[in-house]
Amino acid sequence: MTGQMNRKELLNHINQVSFAVDEVKLYLDTHPCDQEALVYFHEYSRKRNEALNEYARAYGPLTIDTASESCTERWNWINEPWPWQEGGC
Amino acid sequence: MWNYEKRLQYPIKISQTNPKIAQIIISQFGGPDGELAASMRYLSQRYTMPYKEVTGTLTDIGTEELAHMEMICAIVYQLTKDLTPEEIERSGFAPYYVDHTLALWPQAASGMPWTATVFQSKGDPITDLHEDMAAEQKARTTYDNILRLVKDPEVCEPIRFLREREIVHYQRFGESLRIVQDKLDSRNFYALNPEFDNPCGCQNG
Repeated sequence: MTGQMNRKELLNHINQVSFAVDEVKLYLDTHPCDQEALVYFHEYSRKRNEALNEYARAYGPLTIDTASESCTERWNWINEPWPWQEGGC
Repeated sequence: MWNYEKRLQYPIKISQTNPKIAQIIISQFGGPDGELAASMRYLSQRYTMPYKEVTGTLTDIGTEELAHMEMICAIVYQLTKDLTPEEIERSGFAPYYVDHTLALWPQAASGMPWTATVFQSKGDPITDLHEDMAAEQKARTTYDNILRLVKDPEVCEPIRFLREREIVHYQRFGESLRIVQDKLDSRNFYALNPEFDNPCGCQNG
């Protein structure tokens, strides 16, 4: 599904699924026995990790753990714009 | 331990600079009800918190507040990018500029520097959670005040997102307070302070 996305769309997708993870994470902290929320967490956590790996391979890493997915010949972590800069988000 | 993620929690792209409004919004970086104080409050309180649900909530909300601090800084940065000396003079930005040029520095809109005196880490879960709920409401009011002054939709949208997060955090801290009270003596919540009088057994309680 994320295969046809351009860079902006993929980053937008990462922001959306990451927000779902952020939100359900806080909910689960105070409702740790909610099975439905736990299923939701696993689904969106998987989508987030897949999209972060895909983004790293195509455009450069957003997290240090996906840095090895991206080009290994040079240190890509500093090359892509920082999120407050033009083109960063 | 923390790891950096190279994106904002909610995207910010502001095309029109506005140093006047930047001086207002900077209060949510270093002001009394700002994101830096919020993060430091929760991340300081969590060490002695005896209930794992609440320790998790303080850790995760304290972490999210750092991402909110970054969003506020990105807004201020983009609102003040490439200003000319004439624009700085005209907009009233000169008193900030003379000390910090166009860099980010944690201060309130009044110019008061960021200080830990705006929050407490009291070592009593009922006291701290009431403070945390009040803090989320104070930040929500500040965002409401900002939204009455800001007209640019590129600035309003991320501010509205941040405002909504205050409401969600307030809800989670309310649930945290209920969890704490469920574990205490219902006839007298104040019979003991579980962060001090009963250091053992609370985590399982």
